Amino acid sequence: MTGDAHAPHGFWTRYVWSQDHKVIAIQYAITAIAIGLVGLVLSNLMRMQLGFPGKFAFIDAQHYYQFMTMHGMIMVVYLLTALFLGGFGNYLIPLMIGARDMVFPYLNMLSFWCYLLSVLVLVASFFVQGGPTGAGWTLYPPQAILPGTPGHDWGIILMLVSLLIFIVAATMGGLNYVTTVLQARTEGMTLFRMPLTVWGIVMATILALIAFPALLVSGIMMLLDKVAGTSFFMPAIVSMGAPLDYKGGSPLLFQHLFWFFGHPEVYIVALPAFGIVSDLISVHARKCIFGYRTMVWAILAIGGLSVVVWAHHMFVSGMNPYFGFFFATTTLIIAVPTAIKVYNWVLTLWRGDIHLTVPMLFALGFISTFLIGGLTGLFLGNVSVDIPLSNTYFVVAHFHMVMGVSPILVIFGGIYHWYPKVTGRMLNDALGKAHFWITFIGTYAIFFPMHYLGILGMPRRYYAFENYAFIPQSAHTLNMWISVIAFIVAAAQLMFLFNLAWSVRHGKPAGSNPWRAASLEWQTPQTPPAHGNWGAATPVVYRWAYAYSVPGAAEDFIPQQAPPQPGVEDEPHMPRRTEVLS
Amino acid sequence: MGMAVALLLIVVASVLFHVFSPWWSTPLASNWKQMDDTLLMTLAVTGAFFVAINLFVAYIVLRHRHRHGKEQRAAYEPENRRLEWWLIGLSTLGIVGLLAPGLFVYANYVTPPSQAMLLEVTGQQWQWHFRFPGKDGRLGTTDARFVSADNPLGLNPDDPAGLDDVVVDGNETRLPLNVPVKVLLRSKDVLHDFYLPNIRARMNMVPGMVTSFWFTPTQAGRFEVLCAQLCGVGHHNMRGYVRVTEPADFETWLAGQRTFAQLRQASAAPQAPGAMLGKALAQSKGCVACHSVDGSASVGPTWRGLFNKSVPLADGSTRQADAAYLAESIREPQASVVKGYPPIMPKSVLSDAEVAALVGYIQSLGGAPIPTDAGVANATTGRQP
Amino acid sequence: MSQATLERRSTALPSLSVPAASTALWFFMLVATSLFMLFLMAYAMRMDQPDWRRLPVPDVLWLSAAWLVLASLTMQATVMIARRGRMEAAHQTMLAGGVCTLLFLCTQLWAWRVLGQSFADTPASSFFYVLTALHGVHVLGGLWAWTVVWRRGVDGTRDDAPDEVRLMTLCARYWHFLLAVWLVLFAALGWLTPELVRRICGTG
Repeated sequence: MTGDAHAPHGFWTRYVWSQDHKVIAIQYAITAIAIGLVGLVLSNLMRMQLGFPGKFAFIDAQHYYQFMTMHGMIMVVYLLTALFLGGFGNYLIPLMIGARDMVFPYLNMLSFWCYLLSVLVLVASFFVQGGPTGAGWTLYPPQAILPGTPGHDWGIILMLVSLLIFIVAATMGGLNYVTTVLQARTEGMTLFRMPLTVWGIVMATILALIAFPALLVSGIMMLLDKVAGTSFFMPAIVSMGAPLDYKGGSPLLFQHLFWFFGHPEVYIVALPAFGIVSDLISVHARKCIFGYRTMVWAILAIGGLSVVVWAHHMFVSGMNPYFGFFFATTTLIIAVPTAIKVYNWVLTLWRGDIHLTVPMLFALGFISTFLIGGLTGLFLGNVSVDIPLSNTYFVVAHFHMVMGVSPILVIFGGIYHWYPKVTGRMLNDALGKAHFWITFIGTYAIFFPMHYLGILGMPRRYYAFENYAFIPQSAHTLNMWISVIAFIVAAAQLMFLFNLAWSVRHGKPAGSNPWRAASLEWQTPQTPPAHGNWGAATPVVYRWAYAYSVPGAAEDFIPQQAPPQPGVEDEPHMPRRTEVLS
Repeated sequence: MGMAVALLLIVVASVLFHVFSPWWSTPLASNWKQMDDTLLMTLAVTGAFFVAINLFVAYIVLRHRHRHGKEQRAAYEPENRRLEWWLIGLSTLGIVGLLAPGLFVYANYVTPPSQAMLLEVTGQQWQWHFRFPGKDGRLGTTDARFVSADNPLGLNPDDPAGLDDVVVDGNETRLPLNVPVKVLLRSKDVLHDFYLPNIRARMNMVPGMVTSFWFTPTQAGRFEVLCAQLCGVGHHNMRGYVRVTEPADFETWLAGQRTFAQLRQASAAPQAPGAMLGKALAQSKGCVACHSVDGSASVGPTWRGLFNKSVPLADGSTRQADAAYLAESIREPQASVVKGYPPIMPKSVLSDAEVAALVGYIQSLGGAPIPTDAGVANATTGRQP
Repeated sequence: MSQATLERRSTALPSLSVPAASTALWFFMLVATSLFMLFLMAYAMRMDQPDWRRLPVPDVLWLSAAWLVLASLTMQATVMIARRGRMEAAHQTMLAGGVCTLLFLCTQLWAWRVLGQSFADTPASSFFYVLTALHGVHVLGGLWAWTVVWRRGVDGTRDDAPDEVRLMTLCARYWHFLLAVWLVLFAALGWLTPELVRRICGTG
């Protein structure tokens, strides 16, 4: 059969130096989950101190700030971004658009090894003199490279180097995803027939290509300030009693550059989640997505607007105060397309045939947690409401809900959903449900009360809160309970890991399309898909990806490549195009 | 089914939590009630959405869940343009309704009243300094190159406007009730943030810049200052206070503080005896930020009972904390760090007399330390010695 | 749908597809544009600080600009000749283009020596080195791609000549892009002043 002539043989080319997008995706996923577990442990160490201050001697102020910084950076960049783009993106894009692989398989492989290298450099920073940086994941100068902040020598240098390597990896991957979607769609797969998962990941990729350079610029400049004595960000400073050699630099310049990257970064995480959850809801409610075109425009609008809101992270930074008007306005404008997406998910569920499978549970959990996370964004985006709340636990609660809870729920949902395609077996259902309930209820219980601690005025990034008169004892008790719940939720993730490993061999055989989904990735001739994905010929597509419960159809779903059924209108008001849009 | 119940419970629990939560804004002590009002308004609107959408999803899950054995199909509704435009329109209106008041308040925030008095706060790792303009109403210029042991703010000695500036002693300043104050913020080293929860208004302090915000204190009392921009290992312990009093009391207090000119004279004059000076220095140099005087553990070793105690060093050896060791540790903090403490003590520029005074003060705190759990480290109390 | 497309669809994995390479190059140029624009914004913002002193830009930069213009013209000539089917001549012109590019890089290094200042001397010198180094790195990357394309034709196989023409076109496109970036950088380093920045930003 054609395809096997180019298929790799031998262990090393099949599983290690593989250029197959599916293998690379799994490599990305395993690495991301592994480093994510490190991030999870770090968060638990932090909660040990916050819930039981002073009880653990090895968690002193220095270590706490180091744990906090590494937790943040690992989770945002090395877990979420890598897993959504490198993991889900790599696996799903070629399959969902009917391609045999990414258009640059060699570059794809390189991007993974680059990513792995960046992770190794990051981990190395734990072991250097002075330890990893404790400057917060935002790495603000001047503190990040000055005494007083942990890891201000090798720690910060390795962090910056690791980020620079990651950016190279992300750029290589990003070029691949975007070019593949534009060039390698199979016949009949127009852009508006692609599943929303692809739209979400592609828009995130474009954002990554535009926004990561800002991190590169700020990283290079900070590295030079540290090792070459330049003064890009360093003004005249008297550090620890002694004047330093810097002058004239602007710490605010770093913040502008960092957040020009940092805000799109959160949408780089959120947009794939939006896309994936749309597909989860659609499949498991047996109902076409409501307002597909609007959903696409919303993804594009959110992506576009996300590059003009960055300074809402800087309302109290000391920047020109008049910028506050502009950025508050753009930030609240971006709430509109986001709200539309929430309505459309809910309206997709409305009058659906909702199967409460594990992926659907996680999707519903996403809606609820993203709802509260997004709504609290309205507090913080409105500049004058932000002023008392900035840098308090309100912010911590908000970003955990929108970044740490809802996208993670989507990741879980996505894994439960696509695991049968990747391995040919189902994940254990009972374990999955237990995992869902503990995680969903647990994370609510952790982060909902935190909003109130923020309104009270408890600042974030504090090692301890002793002897502050305005903080009642009840707040310390609350912190203790939050920590206890955090430990339980963390431990519950072991169920998920066990399930992943155990089900590879012992999971129920899934067949090729256990969820009876219409999108193309479920229609491969083999499960798991073989090298080249489609066998002798790539499929021809006749409709969009959401032909569920179409009136007049025999089944409650019509796969994208099934030949058109006469008299059945399986695609909303879209011109019937059979040529590839190239 | 379970999911519908869960969503319902989440809504009920959240509402109950809000109603019964003891954690809410601290009592307002400034004129920025508008910020509290806008917060409440936002809470009302977002809270309504939160409840409505969660309940709606719960209802949908209940009503449209798949029932085994029953033949059912989902509806087929790819779009509904009218509904979508309505939703876009209503959402936009809601957003505008939230944003507009917020921007009005902000317009107020960025325009300090012209007759506001001035207070300058300078932040450094990890303490606060306060300065008022003197009778001339103008603050003198500053520069990093003027920073020294007796001029921690780096005031320019050649600037006549600075000579009458009142430099507040210690980490507590006072303000007069009901008088608008424009707070000018500077930093000597890294980013900080001058934050008092009761005041609501605040701003970052950026080295190389002067930033500002304004407020009017409306309640008398003593309010805690917290640093709200991560500034290193002492970030959580950067203590300060603002005491709001009647204007007459404020003026009396202000008159009792020394001006820059007086400070310069005092530093030229012979020093006050021993422990008094040492105690004053421990305050003004910020030693108390990391070293407690009552035995409680902190970022650095406690001074209580330290003198002549046998201390284990980071390199494994042991030394006696006598006068020579203490003097060396003040001048060269990294030379012999006590085991178990991070090597982050800053180097302060002090004269020999000042070092001797500090050592004398530490000696005066002799006595057995208060027994604490072995190996436990707590944050410092920050109480005034 | 053309036969070629049918065939492409039914063969195994994609070998280097030129339309894909073209799209990827456009996106890469977008990334690089973002990078240089952000650096220039940083440059403009840093200029606003009171310690800014103008840098005496070495005259040698005019020479390196000339080399880069020549390289761009040569690469464009390569494409035009190749389109007429004269692959041997195109090859030689392409070689000339590569040589001009190398001369550009050498002249840039010479400019560094002429400047005489060290990295951290002044903020302007820091930016000078960083910006020219970053541009130079992108040029080196282009030279690597140039080597790959040039060697394809060197071994004499002519059966994918249309592909080769397209690849040369991509090289030429990238060269024009690098020239445009260099001209903007040169203008900024040489003629952008704090006053001009303030006038553009409306803060002056």
